[in-house]
Amino acid sequence: MDRRTRIFFVVGLLVTLVVAVAISQLASDQPDGLEYVAEEEGFADAARDHDLSDSALADYGDGLTDNPALDTALAGLIGVLVTLAVGWAVFRLIKRRGDDSVPS
Amino acid sequence: MHIPDGVIGATTAAGFGAVAAGGFGIAARRTREHLSDRHIPLAALTAAFVFAAQMVNFPVIAGMSGHLLGGVLAAVLVGPAAGFVVLTVVLIVQSLVFADGGLTALGLNIVNMGLIGAVGGYGLFRVVLAATPRRFRSIPFAAAVAAFLAVPAAAMGFVGEFAIGGTADVSLGAVLTAMLGTHVLIGIGEGVITGFVVAGVVASRRDLVLGVPEQVAARGA
Repeated sequence: MDRRTRIFFVVGLLVTLVVAVAISQLASDQPDGLEYVAEEEGFADAARDHDLSDSALADYGDGLTDNPALDTALAGLIGVLVTLAVGWAVFRLIKRRGDDSVPS
Repeated sequence: MHIPDGVIGATTAAGFGAVAAGGFGIAARRTREHLSDRHIPLAALTAAFVFAAQMVNFPVIAGMSGHLLGGVLAAVLVGPAAGFVVLTVVLIVQSLVFADGGLTALGLNIVNMGLIGAVGGYGLFRVVLAATPRRFRSIPFAAAVAAFLAVPAAAMGFVGEFAIGGTADVSLGAVLTAMLGTHVLIGIGEGVITGFVVAGVVASRRDLVLGVPEQVAARGA
C-alpha cells in the first residue's frame, strides 16, 4: 500500500472500531425484521437454539462480564479484529491460489 | 435477517449450502482475476466494516429494528465477486464466533445476503447507475437506491426458502406480505447508510471504489 492508501486504511479501521465499540452501544434491542415476522406470523418456535449458544461471545458477548456496555464493546472489538483477520486470510488465499503455477 | 437453525428444513438448508458453496467457488475465481493484491487490505476492511455496521440495529417501527446488510455497500466498494466473499466471511464469523445465524442455515443466509444482497444488489446498482447522469455523485445515489431495493429482495429470498422447506405450518402469503412490508422499511435505512458511506469514499478516494473502475475514470465532477 502506498502512503495515502495506508492512511485511508487506518482511518477506515478507526471508523469501523468506533462503530463496533461505541455506536453499537446505541443499538436497538428490539427484534430485527425476520425475528419480528417470525413472532407475528407464528414460526418463531421453529427456531432451535444455536449449537454454540453457550460460547462466551454468543449473542455478542451478552453476559460475558457483569457490565453490558463492556460486553458489547468487547464483542465489537473482537468481532472487527477477527473479521479483518479472517477476511485478509481468505482474500490472500484466493489470490495466492491464482499465482500457484504448480499443477495440482 | 439471520435465519436460525430449524426454521428451514435440513434438506433445503443443505441444498442452499451447496448453492452457496458453488457461488463461493465462482466468486473466488472472479476475485482472483479482478481484485489486485494491493486491494486485499481494503477488501478485509470492508468485511470488518460490514460486521461493525451489522451490530448497530436501528429502530424501524414499534417493536422492530433493522440493521445494515451491507451487500450493495461491499459490492460497490470491492466489486460484486469480492463483495460476495466479504458477506460470506462476515456471516461465517457471526455464526461461528457470535452464535448469530444458524450453523446449518449458513448457506441460506449466504444466498440471501451474499448472492441476492451483494451480487443481485450490484446488478441493480449498475442498472440505476446507467440511468443517471455521468457524474460522481450518481455513484452514491445509485448505491443507495440499489441498497434500498436489495433488502426486500433478500427478504424474498427467505420467503422462497420458507416456501420450499419451511418447518412451521403457517400461511405463506402472510409471511410474504409481512416480510415484504417490514423489509421495505428496513431498506430505507440500508439505502441511507449505504449512500452516505459510498459518498464518503467517493469524496476521499474515488479510485478505491472498485465496483465502478471504468466509470470513475470517465466521469466528470
